[in-house]
Amino acid sequence: MSKIITIDPVTRIEGHSKITIHLDDQGEVEEALFHVTQLRGFEKFAEGRPFHEMPSLMARICGICPVSHLVASAKACDMLMSVRIPPTAVKLRRIINLAQIAQSHALSFFYLSSPDLLLGMDSNPATRNIVGVARANPELARNGVHLRALGQEIIEILGGKKIHPGWVVPGGVSHALTAENRDYILKKLPEAIQIAERTIKWFSAELEKFSEEIAVFANFPGLFMSLIGNHDQLETYDGRLRLADDQGLVVADLPAEDYKTIVAEAINPHSYLKSPYYKPQGYPAGLYRVGPLARLHLAKTCGTPRADQALTEFKKLDHKSAFHYHLARLIEILYAFEMIEQLLSDDMILDSHVRAHAAANAHEGFGISEAPRGTLMHHYKIDDNGLITYADLIIATGHNSLAMNKGITQAAKHYIKNDKLTDGILNRIEAVIRTFDPCLSCSTHAVGQMALDIQLIDMGGTVLDRVKR
Amino acid sequence: MRVVTLKINDQEMSGREDEDILHVAREHGIEIPTLCQLDGISEWGGCRLCLVEIEGSAKLSAACVTKVSEGMVVNTESERLSGYRKTIVEMLFTEGNHICSVCVSNNNCELQDMSSDLKIDHISLPYRYPARTVDASHDLFIFDANRCILCTRCVRVCDQVEGAHTWDIAGRGIQSQLISDLHQPWGESDSCTSCGKCVEACPTGALFEKGKAAGEMVKDPKFLVYLADMKAEKS
Repeated sequence: MSKIITIDPVTRIEGHSKITIHLDDQGEVEEALFHVTQLRGFEKFAEGRPFHEMPSLMARICGICPVSHLVASAKACDMLMSVRIPPTAVKLRRIINLAQIAQSHALSFFYLSSPDLLLGMDSNPATRNIVGVARANPELARNGVHLRALGQEIIEILGGKKIHPGWVVPGGVSHALTAENRDYILKKLPEAIQIAERTIKWFSAELEKFSEEIAVFANFPGLFMSLIGNHDQLETYDGRLRLADDQGLVVADLPAEDYKTIVAEAINPHSYLKSPYYKPQGYPAGLYRVGPLARLHLAKTCGTPRADQALTEFKKLDHKSAFHYHLARLIEILYAFEMIEQLLSDDMILDSHVRAHAAANAHEGFGISEAPRGTLMHHYKIDDNGLITYADLIIATGHNSLAMNKGITQAAKHYIKNDKLTDGILNRIEAVIRTFDPCLSCSTHAVGQMALDIQLIDMGGTVLDRVKR
Repeated sequence: MRVVTLKINDQEMSGREDEDILHVAREHGIEIPTLCQLDGISEWGGCRLCLVEIEGSAKLSAACVTKVSEGMVVNTESERLSGYRKTIVEMLFTEGNHICSVCVSNNNCELQDMSSDLKIDHISLPYRYPARTVDASHDLFIFDANRCILCTRCVRVCDQVEGAHTWDIAGRGIQSQLISDLHQPWGESDSCTSCGKCVEACPTGALFEKGKAAGEMVKDPKFLVYLADMKAEKS
């Protein structure tokens, strides 16, 4: 008799979701599905609004990564205005975007995933959280808090506040950076860079403990997609869009705003999250991954010395495994702070010309940038008066939808061998999702106090087994 | 002009008999909340926030359109008045679509300030979520009907100061809406001189300059007082 195991809600991720694991007559795992159970509707209620309002409106999609939406949205608006924004504005936008990536990665690694990595997948769920980490390894917890806080502080200094800042506007940024703020940030960076480097060293040494997880955590061949710089370097703000397979063979390389020629979206009845796929390979074969793992898989260099050293080691790993998203995240934190240092050291960074003004000059605009979780795409159309008639967003997490489903199926098949459930097994299946760090909206359940009720129910509705947290 | 003596909030004061309660109170440091009132244009008494209690009268009176008189005893603060004022502002919020966080006038909005002054932190009435449109047909300005509270400041300033009378109110009751000329797109208005006085007079983000991002629209209608003074001197 076939059965369904439900994990609802999935904890320590951004947003609300559940996982169902479907067993066949023999009790073997048939497939596992990741359900995103929330609906937002931003694409619809943007219609009829003035395009200048889009960055601040779209930023409200998420309280974790509002800056990513600000940046992608403002870029789409730049295109609607047909302006080339002042070079200093580009640099300032880059800085705030990097600060966003650093703080979000720190949240994902230290707050959400380090409990599994430090305390163990089978450890007591009551203490398997950031508080438990703080008890077992206070320095690790402190480092996590420090890195996240600095990322947030840079966002606050530039954008006025930590969550939902303004500042990034169509045409550039609303005001220039002061020398005082530049110096303040520059003073804080060296310590963060050292912490990031130390954590990379520590976690790299830990990897051998996770050989089983590395082997079955969404470890399969497939494509990777990200923006990439002119010299094949890591790029988070601009650049071309590239797709390559796990061997590094490039299958597509095109101007980012042409993404619709290669990416289409499928709708699944089990989830509000759409599933984008690589058109030439069709659905669902055209599965690809985005995010830190994809970016570092595709980039030949980071363009900053310490991150480049770490990248050299990272290149030796099996990038097919989603488990390596964790290390990729740490390397990107290092890169982000190093790159912010580089950008701030440019004298032009204090230039007062940071905004271009124009009315609507084009009817269609695309804004593509790299958010912490992957490539973020905003696409708007406007009427003659500058009111939005169409908005279409592909959020970074969406790109990973197919890979996450395939990943949890792989892990469920490996770990679930009979009807008996253990918390450790189900935590591993959740942990597969956590490697991708999906951001399902704005809420985080950082401390594992959320009720978790997993039931194994047969077709007749009888509860065969139950694990409660 | 005769001077009368009266009491507002137990405070003895005097004012000219052609003055209204609102201005006499203000001259003596007593603030009464208003939204539709704007110095430099005529009083209208539409928003009803300046309602006050007058001894000997069972009904409440709008301070902006009630003249002072000899021996008048006025009370501007009471539980009843603050209850009415809160309800009025809550109704303004629920009647339109006011999303402060993405509004051009965020942090520079009289409706927002008023709710803060009246300590309104939650809305107890059901939202109506009306389907309203944005008129962006004008080259320089945008009219977002979602944020219009029908205070008619734009109507009055356009008529009385600019002399164009582009704006007016069409419809009745809940159907009331601000229209330009004969209900045609603002950009197609023959009468509009694009002077922008209506934008400066608007207390919310309903009228604003094109190209402004969230929180960037700052208005300063004080110039209307100078214009009114100059006009008075001339005549």
